Amino acid sequence: MSRAAFSRFETRGYWLLVLVGGAVALAGFLAAHAMETEGHVITGMDNQVVWGMPHVFAIFMIVAASGVLNVASVGSVFGHAVYKARAPLSGLLCIALLAGGLFVLMLDLGRPERVVVAATHYNFRSVFAWNVFLYSGMFAIVAVYLWTLMERRLAPWSKPVGIAAFVWRIVLTSGTGSIFAFLVARQAYGTALLIPLFLAMSFAWGLAVFLVVQATMYAWNGLSLPAEAARRMRHLLALFVVTVGFLVAACHLVNGYFAKNLAFERFILVDGGVYPALFWAVYVVAGSVVPLALLWRSGATTRDTVAAALLVIAGAFALLYVFIVGGQAWPLEIFPGYRTSSTFGDGAIAHYAPRGPEILLGFGGLAVAFLVTVVGVRVLRFLPQDDFPVAPSTAPAGR
Amino acid sequence: MAGVTLAPGVTLFDLAHGRAPDEPASSKVRWGMLVDLNRCASDCDACVTACDRENGLPSEKTATSAQWIRKVELKDLRGATRSVPVMCQHCADPPCVDVCPTGASFKRADGIVLVDRHTCIGCRYCMMACPYKARSFVHEPVTGQRPEVPRGKGCVESCTLCVHRIDRGGIPACVEACEATGHEAILFGDLNDPHSEIAKRVATYPTTALRADLKLDPGVRYQGL
Ligand code: SF4
Ligand code: SF4
Repeated sequence: MSRAAFSRFETRGYWLLVLVGGAVALAGFLAAHAMETEGHVITGMDNQVVWGMPHVFAIFMIVAASGVLNVASVGSVFGHAVYKARAPLSGLLCIALLAGGLFVLMLDLGRPERVVVAATHYNFRSVFAWNVFLYSGMFAIVAVYLWTLMERRLAPWSKPVGIAAFVWRIVLTSGTGSIFAFLVARQAYGTALLIPLFLAMSFAWGLAVFLVVQATMYAWNGLSLPAEAARRMRHLLALFVVTVGFLVAACHLVNGYFAKNLAFERFILVDGGVYPALFWAVYVVAGSVVPLALLWRSGATTRDTVAAALLVIAGAFALLYVFIVGGQAWPLEIFPGYRTSSTFGDGAIAHYAPRGPEILLGFGGLAVAFLVTVVGVRVLRFLPQDDFPVAPSTAPAGR
Repeated sequence: MAGVTLAPGVTLFDLAHGRAPDEPASSKVRWGMLVDLNRCASDCDACVTACDRENGLPSEKTATSAQWIRKVELKDLRGATRSVPVMCQHCADPPCVDVCPTGASFKRADGIVLVDRHTCIGCRYCMMACPYKARSFVHEPVTGQRPEVPRGKGCVESCTLCVHRIDRGGIPACVEACEATGHEAILFGDLNDPHSEIAKRVATYPTTALRADLKLDPGVRYQGL
């Protein structure tokens, strides 16, 4: 394709993507508006499953947002050239995912018009309030970081700011994990192990998102990733997937060790219907084992890497669904040793079936992240700056 | 003196208990309830209907309707049954207050845990944190509101201990209704006043706090569990 033809094609494609992303984001917004006017009764959530699909999407994006910045951190903080070249894209994706996650979280509130209240009334004992602070700080730090990366005169600052961003996001992900770790009353949550688990999840999911976006951008521009960079990132993803698997196993083992939680573990892992199915089939097999096989295959191609990354993302959604929804579906144990029943779901396993509005809202959030990425990449020219063109076999490790 | 005991379980409160609108709640008082399960009947839901009427709650019970008090039926391994009214336990260390990002969930000086309808953003984190499932999210537009009990779609709410009655020197609607049936299973009073009926009973008989392992020091206690 000639340069001019490519640029025409690119422009048209760009507007098409913006249109599609905009339409989905708008649909999500309208869904949230319907939830606001008619009440959450039009969703599948109720007084037992109070956090549903919106929280699965929002927490995925917020956790991945922190992890996606890992690529920049490895570059700036630890000085790896391959990663340094990818730092701007990594920063942009962080902002995009954070925006998408917050879009969902805010619009799912019972009173979304009161976000100002959340910003002006702080209860400093609340993990949730810390998170509001951490999220807004993250935007600011990453924005400054991007600026130091793009403005040559500020280049000396990129390392210290990169370090600040690195520390901030570790705290941020710990904060997200703490939202659950503090819920001591519930059997599914309330363990400090959730903090390392959330950190590991953020590394794995963030990198998976990064790899998918990077591969798409290279393909779009008719380029191929330097082999060394591809190999390194592939192995890193595999390492993160293994770490998450290990910590998930540890959480379940520790929980199962306490007799009072055995019934819950059985429910989530064995006889709870949709939850064990999602856990084993989607998270364990499709979202961990298959990706590892793909990533470790000798002669793995870009296609393998992208497939593995997409599967890791699918597994992430399954894992979060089991964790968030499954954890609430199991009834609270207020009267140990008794079988209980009431008009309010005591002693009964809750049935949650997500409905249109909350699913649309979730996808709306993804669309916001997508839009920010597409527009950002185009406007700021964020293609990872390896030396182009490259011959795969002799590709330098970086700039 | 907290009140005058006319007959066992029937307590008349003097006006000294009510407080002027501008007088703050006092931390000398700790309002609480003692539920005697030996007196609570399985087929009775007078407390629940009284609460619904008093607070303008829907009478239809669904997974999305607000339920401030509910009767939980217990069955032990031998098949023996028990019926337990469960409402907000008005914890001294309320997890709902700890987690609330805006401070909308708060505890009054006299131990009553409330939600400020003006600052609740409807995040439902307090519902995740409450070990007693005491809170409800308002899923639908509110109809039939009682002027004294403001409610609103998109906010979280729970038993207020009928704070509007207490502040006038009255007792919660559920307690009154239970007395009216003759069961007299719920006793209301000031746990801090050693002369009050409730404080004496708590001091004399073994009582249970639900999920005592969490050490939240609830203001609602149970006898006969
Ligand atoms: S019972 Fe639940 S809602 Fe009531 S004070 Fe305790 S934690 Fe809060
Ligand atoms: S739902 Fe309302 S009262 Fe509950 S934690 Fe959120 S803001 Fe606080």
